Amino acid sequence: MNKINSFQELKKAHENFSQLMELRKSFNEEVNNAEQNKCKREILVCGGTGCQSADSQIIIDKLNQKIKETGLANEVKAHITGCFGFCEKGPIVKIYPDNVFYTQVKPEDAEEIVQKHLLQGKVIDRLLYEEPTSNKKVMKQEEMSFYKKQHRIALRNCGLINPEDIRESIAEEGYLSLGKVITTMSQDEIIKLITDSKLRGRGGGGFPTGTKWSFAKKYESEQKYIICNADEGDPGAFMDRSILEGDPHSVLEAMAIAGYAIGASKGYIYIRAEYPLAIHRLKIAIKQAREYGFLGENILGTEFSFDLSLKYGAGAFVCGEETALIHSIEGYRGEPQNKPPFPAESGLWDKPTIVNNVETLACIPAIINKGPEWFNKIGTETSKGTKVFALAGKVNNVGLVEVPMGTTLREIIYDIGGGVKNGRKFKAVQTGGPSGGCIPASLLDTPIDYESLNSIGSMMGSGGMIVMDEDNCMVDIAKFYLEFSLEESCGKCTPCRIGNTRLFEILERITKGRAEEQDLVNLKELAQIVKDTSLCGLGQTSPNPILSNLKFFEEEFNAHIKDRMCPAGVCKELLMYEITDKCIGCTRCARICPVTCIHGKVKELHVIDQERCIKCGSCYEVCPVEAIIRK
Amino acid sequence: MSLENLSNKKYEQLEEFINTFPNDRSSLIEVLHKAQELFGYLPNEVQDFIGEKLHVSTSSVYGVVSFYSYFTTVPRGKNVINICTGTACFVRGAADILGEFERRLKISAGETTADKKYTIETLRCVGACGLAPVVTVNGKVYGHVKTNDVVKILEEYSDTE
Repeated sequence: MNKINSFQELKKAHENFSQLMELRKSFNEEVNNAEQNKCKREILVCGGTGCQSADSQIIIDKLNQKIKETGLANEVKAHITGCFGFCEKGPIVKIYPDNVFYTQVKPEDAEEIVQKHLLQGKVIDRLLYEEPTSNKKVMKQEEMSFYKKQHRIALRNCGLINPEDIRESIAEEGYLSLGKVITTMSQDEIIKLITDSKLRGRGGGGFPTGTKWSFAKKYESEQKYIICNADEGDPGAFMDRSILEGDPHSVLEAMAIAGYAIGASKGYIYIRAEYPLAIHRLKIAIKQAREYGFLGENILGTEFSFDLSLKYGAGAFVCGEETALIHSIEGYRGEPQNKPPFPAESGLWDKPTIVNNVETLACIPAIINKGPEWFNKIGTETSKGTKVFALAGKVNNVGLVEVPMGTTLREIIYDIGGGVKNGRKFKAVQTGGPSGGCIPASLLDTPIDYESLNSIGSMMGSGGMIVMDEDNCMVDIAKFYLEFSLEESCGKCTPCRIGNTRLFEILERITKGRAEEQDLVNLKELAQIVKDTSLCGLGQTSPNPILSNLKFFEEEFNAHIKDRMCPAGVCKELLMYEITDKCIGCTRCARICPVTCIHGKVKELHVIDQERCIKCGSCYEVCPVEAIIRK
Repeated sequence: MSLENLSNKKYEQLEEFINTFPNDRSSLIEVLHKAQELFGYLPNEVQDFIGEKLHVSTSSVYGVVSFYSYFTTVPRGKNVINICTGTACFVRGAADILGEFERRLKISAGETTADKKYTIETLRCVGACGLAPVVTVNGKVYGHVKTNDVVKILEEYSDTE
């Protein structure tokens, strides 16, 4: 039996298990040389969804097989860890205590890592990360520009511990906060601590967590519920998934703490069915937490009991809205309802319920361990702590980054993200997903917090951050997000169901070159109406991408409508292909054209019949001398 | 084993699963997930069966099935091709990849080929944005896909029976 029966025992376990992390805490100044090749080492391989898709499990198996073959099995072991966040360069392999960070490792590299690094003590240069700006190879994680400006709180254990081993979580202070709270603090004291920390919801809304808890505590009820919202539906955001895959215990611990604070004994984690790996890790974590007595009856020998179960989503974005989520757990269609009453008063099965996002919960144990004052020192006046962003799109370093609130967009995109991919020109960055907006280059020095993002027509959202370059059409992007909201609209209220459909039709006309100037007027007016009159957050924010793009990129809309042109060259119907004098008459274009609208004799200039051209672009791609231009 | 027996066996498995949950509405979505895993889709008879076991009307079951995009009432093909159309994949050209699959297989997203070999679907973000654009076939992930990779991917599955 592993059961831990008191806070004292837990503290002891924490000390005992700390030795598991020894190699990961004491860095060698230099990589061990050949004489010391029998020294102890640990190899951590990223086991997040991104890296697993790129064969990281095979890398681990191969490493362990080679380690065994070379007789190092007693000294070296390779195992998984959570997401390092540097997904662009995955799979990541990190070797302790040498503190060497290898990127883009392939299964066939396992042999070389064992032979060269482990046996000869030589760093493998070609697997090191190369800084895109200086072209210098970097060996250590903390020296990489991607990590330098980061401050990891929610992601503190991702890429450090093995998420499938609760002992490593305990070694990193896991469940110590829970122990402290339930043995030494009253309900009001813990709520006050969270309120003092000024932690705000990381799922998008930014509601103060302590206030939410105090509401739920206030209402008397024999049963209350804690729900963890892990229905991460914002396309392009994957921080919640990475936390659950890399450090599930921090979330379980925080839910138990929340349960104690408001007087709930039951919790649910509502998670997307599309996240099989996160579900797998959560199941393991819950089982281990029960074995150790952190979940279940009389936790750590106290009166407090708390347990939780998983509930699966089924592909409905609107279920990220708390009232819709609650309906879904109850087995109904995930439709939202009017608030008040708020879930804190009447939520799941009409009982007081709090719904907290994964990232919010993951911060809580750290805040309790280090104190609200520590958390308060990080961030801006109104937004404390850090925020995790999923940096993606046309940026060099795609990945998860956690930065203090108040960091500017420029720092994230250029210093951490390494700038725009392929040296293209930056056009916009989108935050807040389908509820947010695009931010132009002129506002890149905006510091990130809830208020400043709102003031420029975007929002924090759950933390998706998509970089766009000059090849992205802003009308097309607005259409993309609106189509998403339209598909995900539950249909309960008219503005969202019908209004978004009409908005989509207008955008469709604009991108197809069939719009009139009046369409632009209608677009603005209707977008505002949908925003003002929809029932829930989905509808109220769905026109944001249109409104922000109109505000910052109106000339692009005008180009589509007045000049029938798409400046970015994306909207197919507005493109025109022409053959220039460079044509050598090779006839390739004429042969590939699916509607045979290109004419010309061999070795003579060819011509496109514009009337019949369907603008498929086949000729443009096949021309060997780039004689065909696109306008 | 005859087809009927096979189907009976699936119903038995489903019933066993249902019995591990409270017999009410709160179990509905879990049970539907299991049923779709067993049958591949959720035909009317299966929805009837579930409704009866959980004391929920068939119309309510259908209401839930039709609400959530994860559930399907039509059988899918042997190979399910999912093109991620999350934002990160979209800005890196997912629409062209989808178009290429649709052109090659002569079906649209959400449809299944006449020989029941392929189904094309789109999904919103698998969270592997570093590999964008991403395609999954029967759960296997293909990253950094280009339009001319589409033929190669389809070839891998061309002779699965």
